Amino acid sequence: MNDTLATFVRVDLVPLFAAGAAALSCALVGNFLVLRRESMLGDAISHAVLPGIVAAFLVADTRAGWPMFVGAAAAGIIAVLLVELVRRLGRVESGAAMGVVFPVMFAAGVVLMERAAARHVDLDASCVLYGQLETLTWDLTPDMLRAPLSSEALGRVPIEFWMLLGSLALVSAVVVLGFKELRVASFDPQLATSLGFSSRLISHALAVLVAVVTVASFKAVGSILVVAMLVCPAATARLITDRLEVQLWLSVVVSIVTAGGAYALGAFGAPAVGLPGSVNIAGSMALFAGALLAVAAVASPTHGVLARHARRRALATRVSEEDLVGTLYRAEELGTPVLAMDTLAQLMGGTDRATGAVRRAVAAGIAAREARGVTLTDAGREFGAGIIRTHRLWETYLVERAGLRADHVHDPAEVLEHARTEAGDRIDPPSTGPLDPHGHPIPDGSP
Amino acid sequence: MNPPTPKPFDAHPEHDPSSPVSIHALTVAYHRKPVLWDVDLDIHAGRLVAVVGPNGAGKSTLIRACLGLIPSATGNVRFWGEPYREQRRRIGYVPQRDEVDWDFPVSALDVAAMGRYAQIGWFRRVSRAHKDAARACLNRVGMLDYADRQIAQLSGGQQQRVFLARALAQEADLYFMDEPLAGVDAATERAIVEILAKLRDDGKTVVCVHHDLQTIERYFDDVIMLNMRVVATGNVADVFTPDNLRKTYGGRLTTLDRAGHALGTQGG
Repeated sequence: MNDTLATFVRVDLVPLFAAGAAALSCALVGNFLVLRRESMLGDAISHAVLPGIVAAFLVADTRAGWPMFVGAAAAGIIAVLLVELVRRLGRVESGAAMGVVFPVMFAAGVVLMERAAARHVDLDASCVLYGQLETLTWDLTPDMLRAPLSSEALGRVPIEFWMLLGSLALVSAVVVLGFKELRVASFDPQLATSLGFSSRLISHALAVLVAVVTVASFKAVGSILVVAMLVCPAATARLITDRLEVQLWLSVVVSIVTAGGAYALGAFGAPAVGLPGSVNIAGSMALFAGALLAVAAVASPTHGVLARHARRRALATRVSEEDLVGTLYRAEELGTPVLAMDTLAQLMGGTDRATGAVRRAVAAGIAAREARGVTLTDAGREFGAGIIRTHRLWETYLVERAGLRADHVHDPAEVLEHARTEAGDRIDPPSTGPLDPHGHPIPDGSP
Repeated sequence: MNPPTPKPFDAHPEHDPSSPVSIHALTVAYHRKPVLWDVDLDIHAGRLVAVVGPNGAGKSTLIRACLGLIPSATGNVRFWGEPYREQRRRIGYVPQRDEVDWDFPVSALDVAAMGRYAQIGWFRRVSRAHKDAARACLNRVGMLDYADRQIAQLSGGQQQRVFLARALAQEADLYFMDEPLAGVDAATERAIVEILAKLRDDGKTVVCVHHDLQTIERYFDDVIMLNMRVVATGNVADVFTPDNLRKTYGGRLTTLDRAGHALGTQGG
C-alpha cells in the first residue's frame, strides 16, 4: 500500500463515510419534517441536546462516545416531551412551544458548560456546535493497514462512526417499513388516527428518530449545522418531484452528493488551489447543501423560478397571439380585413406586443403581411372564429347565468377566452339565438 | 320460541344496540366552554343523515367527538353497541377539504389507496390488489383519468371526489362526512349525491354535515338539527319544519324565513 493511500485510509476514509452516513440519515428523516412543516423540530432538538451532552460529560468525565450519546438522546427526548407539555398546558401552537423549550434548554447547556470550564475541564464549545469530522481518524499501525478488516483494525474505528451507522440503519428501517404509516400520518393525521395508525404515536416516533439522528450526527456536522442537513436535501428533492417515493430517493442522492462533494472541497479543495490547510468540512457540507437547494429553486423543471418564468412567458406569448387573431377577426367582421401596424399596436396595448405577435403569427401561418398591414389567412380565420366563439359564449354565460350586466362582461370574457378548459365548450348557446349580449353573432365550430 | 333478549347496553336501555351510532349524554367543551350539550340520539341503519345548524353549532365537533378525534367531557358513543375502538374498521371519515395540505407530494391514487390502509395493517406494503381496489373507487367517482395526478393539480371538486374515493376504498358500513358538498361545482355535487344514495341503497349509513338547507329534503332521509344541543332529530319529513328551523337558527338567518316559506309551499 503506497503512502498516499495509507494516509487516505487513516485520515480521510472514516470521516468521509461518517459524513455520508450523517447526511443520509438526516435527509431521510428530514423529508418528513419538511413535509409536515416541522423543520423547526430539528432545530429545537439539536439545540436542546446540548445540556445532555455537557451533563453526560460532567458525570462520566470523558468525551468518548456512549455517555455523551446517551445524555444527548435523553435530553432530546425530554425536549420533545416538554414541547408537547408546553403546547398543551400553554395552549400555544407547537412552533411557539419549541421556541420556548429549545432556547431554555440550550441556555442550560451553556451554563453547564461554563461550570465545566470553571472546573478546568476541557470541553470545546465549537466541537459541539460545528462538529469535528476531522478528528475521526482511523489510527492504524502499518501492520493493520495490510489487513484493514481484521477485528483489531475495526476495533480502532472511532465509536462515533458506529453510532452513525447504527442511526442510519435505524432510520432506513423505519422509513422503509413505516413508509405508508409516515405518509398517511403526515398527510392526514386525523385519517391516520381513525384508521388505527395513531398520529400522535407516529409523530412522537418521528421526533425520537430526529433526536437519535441529530445526536449521532453532532460529531460529524455539529448540533447547529445538522439542521441544514435535515432540511436542505429534502427541500431540494421536493422541488424536483411531486411524488414522495421519488422525493425520498432524490434526497438520498442529494445527501450523498453533498457529503462527497463537500468533503472533497473541504479536505482537498484548498490545497488544490494552493491555499494552506483545509476548510471545516461540516461548514462546507452545509454550504454545499444550501447551494444545491438554491440551484434546485432556480432550475427545477417543475417548481423552479426559471421554469415558472418560462411557463408565464409561454402563456403571455399565446395570449398575445390569440389577441392578435381575435382583433383581426373582429376587424374583418366590421369590413376591414387588413389592419395597419400602428392600429394593431393601439388595439393590442403596445407596439412591442403587437410586433412580436405578428412575427409569430406570420411564422405559424395564421396571419400574413400585406402592403397596407396585416390580415388573417384561412387557417387564422378558423382559429379566430374559435377564440371569438369562446369569448362570446363566456359573455353570454356571464350575463345569463352569473347575472352580470352586459356592459361589464367584456373584460372578464377577454381573460376567460384564453383559459384552455372544457368549461368553455360546455356553455349552452344563448336562449335568445346565436347572438352574444352585445348583439354580435357567435361563430360556429369548436374553440 | 322466546323473543330474543335485548343485548344489555351500558344500562342505557333507551338506546337500540343494533343502531350504527348511539350517542348518549355527549357533552364536548373547548377550554371549559361547552360546544355541545347533552347530545342523546340514535342514528338508524341504511339512512342518509344530514347534520345541520348555524356556524358554531357544533356540527363538525359532533362528528369529531364521535370518532374520538377530540375528547368529550361526558357521555359516550357506541357503534353497533360497542365502543369506537372495536368497530373502527367499519367506520369511514371524510374530513373537510381544507384540513389537509394539498401540496403534499402524493397522487390521487395514493390518497384513494389510503382508504385501504386499515385492511393492510402496520408495516405492510400497499399490494397491487389494494391499488386496483383504490383505482376502482376512483373510477366510481369519475376520477380514474386523474389517478396519477398530484393532488395539488386537481380542482376543489376533484379533490373532494378523491376524498370520497378514499372513503369508498375503506369499504366501511358507516360514513361520517364533513361538508362533502361544500364549494364543489354542480356536476360534482350531482355525482357525490348519487354515490351517497348508492351507499344508502347498499345498506350503509351516511352522516353528512350539510350547509345548504334548500337541498336537505331532496338529498337526505333523516336530519339532525343542531345548535349546541339537539333541537330535533328524525325523519326529514317530520322534523325539518319551519318551527324547528327557527329554533335551530334562532332567527339569525334571514334566508331562513324564505326556506321556511319554500317548505310550506312545497309541503302543500
